[in-house]
Order: sequence, then structure tokens, then C-alpha cells
Amino acid sequence: MFKFLFDRDTWQEVFDSFSKNKLRSILTMVGVWWGILLLIGLLGSARGLENSFNRLFGSFATNSVFVWGQSTSKPFKGFQEGRQVSLSLTDAKKVEENVEGIEFLVPRNQNQASVVRNFLSGNFGINGDYPLLDQVQKKKLIHGRFINQNDINDNKKVVVISEDAYKQLFEKDEMPIGEYIEINKINFKVIGMFENGNVNMGPTSDMHIPFTTFQQIYNQGDQIGWMMITGKPEYDIKQIEEDAKLLLKNLNKIHPKDKRAFGSFNLGKEFDKVTGFLIGMQFLTWFVGIATLIAGVFAIGNILLITVKERTKEIGVRRALGATPFEIKRQIVVEAVFLTIVAGLFGIITGGWILIGLDAAFGQGDDATIVNASVSIGVVFIALVILVILGTLIGLIPAFKATSVKPIEALREE
Amino acid sequence: MLKIHQLHKSYAIGDSSLHVLKGIDLNVEEGEMVAIMGSSGSGKSTLLNIIGMLDEADSGEYILDELPIKNLTEKKAAVYRNKFLGFIFQSFNLINYKTALENVALPLYYQGLKRKERQEKAMFHLGKVGLADWAKHLPKELSGGQKQRVAIARALAANPKLLLADEPTGALDTKTSYDIMAFIQQLNDEGKTILMVTHEEDIANMCKRIVRLRDGVIMEDKKVNQVRAEQYV
Ligand SMILES: Nc1ncnc2c1ncn2[C@@H]1O[C@H](COP(=O)(O)OP(=O)(O)OP(=O)(O)O)[C@@H](O)[C@H]1O
Ligand SMILES: [Mg+2]
Repeated sequence: MFKFLFDRDTWQEVFDSFSKNKLRSILTMVGVWWGILLLIGLLGSARGLENSFNRLFGSFATNSVFVWGQSTSKPFKGFQEGRQVSLSLTDAKKVEENVEGIEFLVPRNQNQASVVRNFLSGNFGINGDYPLLDQVQKKKLIHGRFINQNDINDNKKVVVISEDAYKQLFEKDEMPIGEYIEINKINFKVIGMFENGNVNMGPTSDMHIPFTTFQQIYNQGDQIGWMMITGKPEYDIKQIEEDAKLLLKNLNKIHPKDKRAFGSFNLGKEFDKVTGFLIGMQFLTWFVGIATLIAGVFAIGNILLITVKERTKEIGVRRALGATPFEIKRQIVVEAVFLTIVAGLFGIITGGWILIGLDAAFGQGDDATIVNASVSIGVVFIALVILVILGTLIGLIPAFKATSVKPIEALREE
Repeated sequence: MLKIHQLHKSYAIGDSSLHVLKGIDLNVEEGEMVAIMGSSGSGKSTLLNIIGMLDEADSGEYILDELPIKNLTEKKAAVYRNKFLGFIFQSFNLINYKTALENVALPLYYQGLKRKERQEKAMFHLGKVGLADWAKHLPKELSGGQKQRVAIARALAANPKLLLADEPTGALDTKTSYDIMAFIQQLNDEGKTILMVTHEEDIANMCKRIVRLRDGVIMEDKKVNQVRAEQYV
């Protein structure tokens, strides 16, 4: 068999037969090529989308929940409904101490403020934050550092600004670190600058100042805007959310069934939704891809079957000249396998180009919708093998037909 | 060379069956040149195909070169077709995407000869039928007579003992037919056994023996004085 495969005549026969049956060969190859191309294109883009989602969520601890106070919807213990609820540091501490499974709890505050620097100004979201924030919502710092414990302890007037804010307040190429900006008429020293995130979860965060400084300048006292809770990996973030809310209702004398008193945004839940969507999409891609492959194989089959008669006659002639059925089947299998492999490889290459094209069109920059669109070699290989097997089986149909009858019947076909 | 005894063959047509050969007895010695004649549908081709192992008889005995042909595996049959038998068809049956030379070389490929040897042998046989200059041409570039000569060269390439021809001149005009016949006679002179089916009396008379079929049996079997084809060429 090896000798056969490396025999020049074998390939001569294959190429002769192709040049003879150009249309058939090309149509067959187009069928396979298209199937592989679509499979790769679809799987690759699906992977790319998945990657981009992963990147979007990548900077967040995905098992987190934001909780903030709203207003009550039920009267309770002498309080009227519609009472404004606000969270305090004490609440935060209680939750952190009593709810099981919390990894980090970050109390946060925010206000809008106009910020001025020299002749440039803008309106920004000012956040009062603890250093801990950097753990749960990783900031990519371009320059400088994030807020640290010293800043907190000394109520320092320092600020970490976003790239966007920098662009509005600074000249191009100006170094922001050490410069002062005026927030609410108070001078703050810029200590860091971070890359804009891909998603802004919760309120816009243009600038971060120490939590304690925020308390001071806005006279917040114990109050906090919202808290961000991160669960330990082995805990269910939805459970943590429920426990925390129940505890908070208890602490603030709110009816346990009050649904409006605390608002929340569960990143874990949202993430699950996206993951579900991605899984659904992957399933769809596979479904479409496999359907296309099957359609491709049917195309091959159809075309091969159309030429059964033509081939049958030729096979009859070959048999009259002394070809054994095995020799005939072997030749046809080599033809079919070669045809599908060439077309399949061509499909892989063009599929690769499509992915490269997708990457060039949608995969560049931070807000890319398709990141690193790719397909695993294993998947491609399996698809190719399936195609080759099916192509071979279908190629064998005319071969079997032509060798199972008496040679004279094959010869008689017109 | 070949012995046939009480050979029967019928074809199933729908529910009924058509009895085509109803007990054929025929012996052919080495070196003979036999014409099989008979009206259309009398079973000439059927008989020739059975002799050529392209078809199988329902019953009866057929011995080719001392070998009983019965229930052979297709593989064995292929080997015998390749070694013993050369076919010439009315419609030439050349493979249309192969050149004249490749067509002639094909039986040698199935004999397992090396490429170079095949090419040489094929070229030799093409030269014998006078088509050495046409070796690289495709069948569609050849005339009917040329095609039939390529087919003859192909039938000869494997050096078979028995040459079977089903109306080899059926698709050719008289002049070309005589050309081909002259050539076949020459082969017979060289010792090849030849069986050919024909409709034409003049062609049949260029053989050495005429077998006439009618209603599935041999009606007449006689030796004739061979008319040489060269004189018409
Ligand atoms: N495969 C087949 N199925 C059914 N009937 C067949 C088949 N082959 C031949 N026949 C019938 O058998 C009979 C003999 O056919 P055959 O081809 O041997 O005739 P022939 O003598 O060669 O005729 P012709 O001179 O026209 O070539 C015919 O009636 C034909 O219709
Ligand atoms: Mg006939």
C-alpha cells in the first residue's frame, strides 16, 4: 500500500482523472472548502467574542455584587413607607463580619464635581475609595500609584485620575503626576493615572480620592454611597447578596420582604447570563458548522453520484483490461481522499485568512468586539478527518456499484 | 484453446426470462480465426462476452486454455482477462482523457509493469498499428479507424492468447474496415487466436471459419477459404 501511495502512476491516475472531471472535482472541492471555511469562520468568531467578553470582565472580580440604599416600599416598626435608606460604614462593617463567604467588602462614595486645572475644566465623577478597590476592580495604572493606607489615615488631598480625565485636563504629553487639580475649589495632587476600563460597572469613575478625604470634604459622616462585595470563589454570590440584604434590612429596621429598600447589581448573575449566551452561541456555531459540513458532504455525494454512470463505463473498460475490484476501489479512495484533503486544507487556509481579516477589522484596540479569533487545531483536524471519511465513503458508492456488477454491465452503461 | 459445451444463458426481463443461448457447443483451436454471425439479437455478443469472462453463463461448461471457467473470484477473473484475453469493441471504449499511448499502456499497468517498460511496450504496439506519431493524441483527435487501431494495440499490449472482437469494423467505412481486417489477419498469421462477431459477409469471409447462430443455437459451423484483405487496400 505504501508503495502504491508513493508510486508516480497512482498520482498520474489521480491527476488525469481530475483534469478529465474538472467541473466535478471543482464542485466537490468547493463543497468541502465552503464547509471547512464556515466552520472555522464561525468557531473562530465565536471564540473571539468569548475572548472579548472575558477581557471585558477580566478586570472585575466576577463574583461581586453592588448594594446601595433606595427607599422603603413597606411600612415597618412605625416607619412609613417611602423612607430614604442610606448605608453607613457601620452597616458595611456588620455585613463584613456577619455574612458568610465574603472575601472583600469595599464601601464607596461618589459625587459629581467640577474640576479645574489652569484654563481647562470638566465635570467628573469623584469617588471616595479605599486601597482595597484596586483588588476587586483592578486599575491598570499608566503612571503613578493608587490610593494607599497613608492617604486614608492622613486624609490626604491626592487623586488618581482616569486617562479620559487626563485628556480633558492636561495638554498632550504633559506629565500629570505631581500636578495639582482643583476639585470643588480644593487643590488635589495627582498621584496616579489609570487606563480607561472596557466597561464601567456602576457609576462612572473618573477620579478616585481617599475615602476619608471624601468624607471630610463632603461632610459625609458615616454614610456611604454603596458597597461592593466580593465573594470567595467557593461561595454563591447570589446567596451572599441575599444574606447581606437581609442583614442590612434588619440593621436599618426595614421589612424583611421589602424589595425596594436596597438596590443591587449582581455582577456574578450578569456574568452567568453572558456565559450562558456564549455557550448558546457556541452551540449554535457548532450546529451551523456541522450542518454546513454535512451539506458539503452531500454536495460531494451528489456530484459523485451524478458522474456514477460516466465512471461506471470507464471502470468497466478498466476491468475488461484486467483491473481487480480492489485496484479500482483503491484508486477511487485515493482520489476522494486527496480531493477532500486538498479542499479541506484550502478551507483551513482561507478560514485562517478570514479570521485574520476579522482580527484586522474588529480585533484591534481596547474596545475590540472580537479578540484573538481562533480555532483549535484539534477541532479543525477532527472536522477534516470527518470530511475525508465521508468523502471516501461517498466516493466508494460508484466504485462499489461498478465493481459489484459483472464487467459487461458496467461496460454497457452509456 | 477453448471448449464450450451446452452453454445456456437467459436474461431476466421483468418477471419473464429471455432464453438467449440455448445450448452452445463450440471448440476453437489455437491459431484459428473465427467469425460469429447471426441476425441481430441472436446472442452473438452474449456468447462473446461469456467467452471473454465479462459475463457468466447460467449453465454449461466453458474451458479456456485447460482452465474451467466457473465461479471464479472477480480477482482471478481480472488476472485472466489481463493475461489471456484482449478485447476490441465496436465503440472502441478508449478512455477519453488518456492519450493513445496511455490507453495502450493501461493493461500493462494492471499487469504491474514498471512505467518505463510500459511506455516502451505500448510504443512498440502503437508502432505496429502504424500510429507511433499519434502517441500523444487524445482519442477525440483521432479518426474512427485510428481509434480502432489504438484499441487493437491496447488489446495486443498484454500479449493475450485470444483476441475477442465484437463488430470491430461495425463503426467504420468499408475501406477502413479492410485496413483493420488486414491488420487482424496479420495478427492471426503471427499465431493469435481470434474470435470476432460481425454482421458483414465480406468481413466474415476474411476469417477462416464462420459460426452462425440462430435462435440461441449454432445453426452452421464451416471452414472458409480466407479472403485476404490486403488486396482491397
Ligand atoms: N443485459 C441484458 N438484459 C436483458 N436482455 C438482454 C441483455 N443483453 C442482451 N439482451 C438480449 O439478449 C438478446 C441477445 O443479445 P445480444 O447482444 O447477444 O445480441 P447480438 O446477437 O449481439 O445482436 P446485435 O447483432 O444487434 O449486436 C437480445 O434479444 C437482447 O435484447
Ligand atoms: Mg452484438
